[in-house]
Parts: sequence; C-alpha cells; structure tokens
Amino acid sequence: MSVTVRIPGPLRRFTNGMEKVQAQEGNLAKLIADLDSQYPGMKERLLDDQGAMRYFVNVYLNGEDVRFLQGLDTAIKTGDEVSIVPAVAGG
Amino acid sequence: MSTTPMLTPEQVKRYSRHIIMPQIGSRGQRKLMDSKVLIIGAGGLGGPVALYLALAGVGTLGIVDFDTVDLSNLQRQVLHNSETVGWPKVKSAEATLKRYNRDVKVVAHEFPITSENAMDLIKGYDIVVNGADNFATRYLVNDAAYLSGKPLVDGSILIFDGQLTTYIPGKGCYRCLFPEPPPPGMVPNCAEAGVLGALTGVMGSLQATEVVKVILGIGEPLVGRLLLVDALAMEFRVVKTRRNPNCPLCGDHPTVKELIDYEVFCGLVPAPNGESMVAAH
Repeated sequence: MSVTVRIPGPLRRFTNGMEKVQAQEGNLAKLIADLDSQYPGMKERLLDDQGAMRYFVNVYLNGEDVRFLQGLDTAIKTGDEVSIVPAVAGG
Repeated sequence: MSTTPMLTPEQVKRYSRHIIMPQIGSRGQRKLMDSKVLIIGAGGLGGPVALYLALAGVGTLGIVDFDTVDLSNLQRQVLHNSETVGWPKVKSAEATLKRYNRDVKVVAHEFPITSENAMDLIKGYDIVVNGADNFATRYLVNDAAYLSGKPLVDGSILIFDGQLTTYIPGKGCYRCLFPEPPPPGMVPNCAEAGVLGALTGVMGSLQATEVVKVILGIGEPLVGRLLLVDALAMEFRVVKTRRNPNCPLCGDHPTVKELIDYEVFCGLVPAPNGESMVAAH
C-alpha cells in the first residue's frame, strides 16, 4: 500500500474528499482494481466497458503519461506517484 | 521588425514597468503593440486574459463570444459588472477594456465560433487563447489553430482545479493530450459543478503570461508540459505532454485535414450516417 495516487477534484467524491490516497504496487491495471475496491466507482471513471483506458482521463506515472509507457501494463512500484487527470472544459 | 512607430512619451510612462525589464524593453513593448491575439470566450478565463493583455498594450484583441452577460457570471467574470447584465459579452468586454487602455483595438466577434468560420477568424491573428466552456469548442479551436499554424494557449477550469498548456503546431495538440471527448454528461461543466471565482483569475492570468512570453519569445512556455493547479491543496504541478505520432490531427499520418462537425464528434448530435465519430478512430 505504498503508491501515492493523486485524485483530481472532480473525482474526490469517490475518495471521501481525499486528494491523495494509497494503493498497491504492481502494474496500473492492478492499481486501478485496488483503488476500485477501496473507493467503488473509480474503475468506471478510468476504464471503459471493455476495460480499456478512457481517452478523456489521463494517468501519469511520475509525471509521464502512461499512454506513452505501457498503458495498463505499466509497472508501478513503491514510492511512485500516480496522478489521475481528467479533461475539464470549464472556461 | 516592429511596424509600430516610436513610443509616445505617454506610452513610455504607461508601459515603463515592462520597458525597464531587459527581457521586454521598448522593442518588446512595440512587439506587444504589434501583435494580434484572439481570445475564445469572454468568460472566467477570457476575462483576465483580455484584461492583462489590454493593460500590456497588445495591439489587437479579438474576442469571440455569442452570449450575453448573466447575473451568475459576476461571481468571477471581471470584464462584466452589474450595469452590463443583459449586454452581449463582447460589448461589455469592449467597454471595460477601452476604459483600461484606449490604445488597444478590441474586435468584438459576436457569434459562435464554428467549423464554417473558424479558419477565417483565426487567419487574422498571431496567437489564439482558449477560454471556451465546452468540449466541442475546445476540439474545434485546437484543430483550427493547428491547421492555421498558430500557437494556442489553452486553459480550463472546474471546481477548484485548473489546467494550462501551450500548443505550438508540430509539438503536440489537445487531441494528443485527450484523444477523445467524454460522452455528454460524464464530465460536469461549471454550471453543474461550480468553479471558484478567484481560480479563474489565477488561470487566466497565467494564460496571459504565456501569451506575452510566446509573443516576445522569452522564457520557457508550457510547451510539452501541462500545468495542474489544485487550489484546495494550493499545489502547482507539471506533467509531461507529448505529440502522439498516431494523432489524427498532428500525427505522422493525419486523417483530420479540415475542420469536422464537433457536435457530432462530442456526441451531442448523431452523425448524419448514423455512425459514431468517436468510435471511428
């Protein structure tokens, strides 16, 4: 339980308002499953019905977009920081 | 080369805090006075952008907005006030900006930006600033700025969160960052979820800062970087953005070569042939 995940404002209703939560290391798919078990509803925000990453919610591992790493297979280890960044359109 | 003649004594005084900085100087000031900036939206973000660029003496400010000033805008939109409720936003904006700086030419584009008019509109400007309040307009402005070869300073806000980046054609675009829009209703807008008024001032001021840097060619604009602002935690973080070689607009084998129907793209109206354009790529 030692990977820090930054939760964006619009998704904090799933995490009781917390901006940072902890999740299990492994890979991104595993981390998302763990997040969803702790905070039900998170998975649906990040993955579509086929289990693929949604195109309007980005996940960054230590500041790098996982789409340019190995997507859901991206390895995540203790001490890493994962950021979830959804598209927002307010102006 | 600057086409603006020598600064008048009044201008030297007005812009003295800029001119005294070696990164700007009187040459930089004249560059600002020569430049033409198009601002999409005269709302929360467009307001501080227009205000600071007008104060900076940017020569021409084009503002696109078809909306009228509503009382609920006044919690954050600094161009408008109690007396201009009901006015077209671009007219309210023009009146405000002219009071701040009569040197600035304000062009009020009182209509929605569309696939039909966007290319012509952008053609007359050096740089585009995005302060739109919906995804369809954001993708439209992204595509039009890229296809026009113009830099785009893109900001967006929701609740206590802000995002900011600068796109230079060929170095990534909004579609590289977010390849597809969310289905309608999945991501709330500011009317549905709210937005902190002062945060629009923070983000809009940062956009104006980026515009000045891009015009002057100074510093490191947010190219290849996305600034994330969390006003509740009061944290500013930066993540990397990249050009996606598979991007349908700016990738190696583009399929989007002209503006499309962005309402269809965003799922707001069905495609004429019944197919979903979102699923098509």
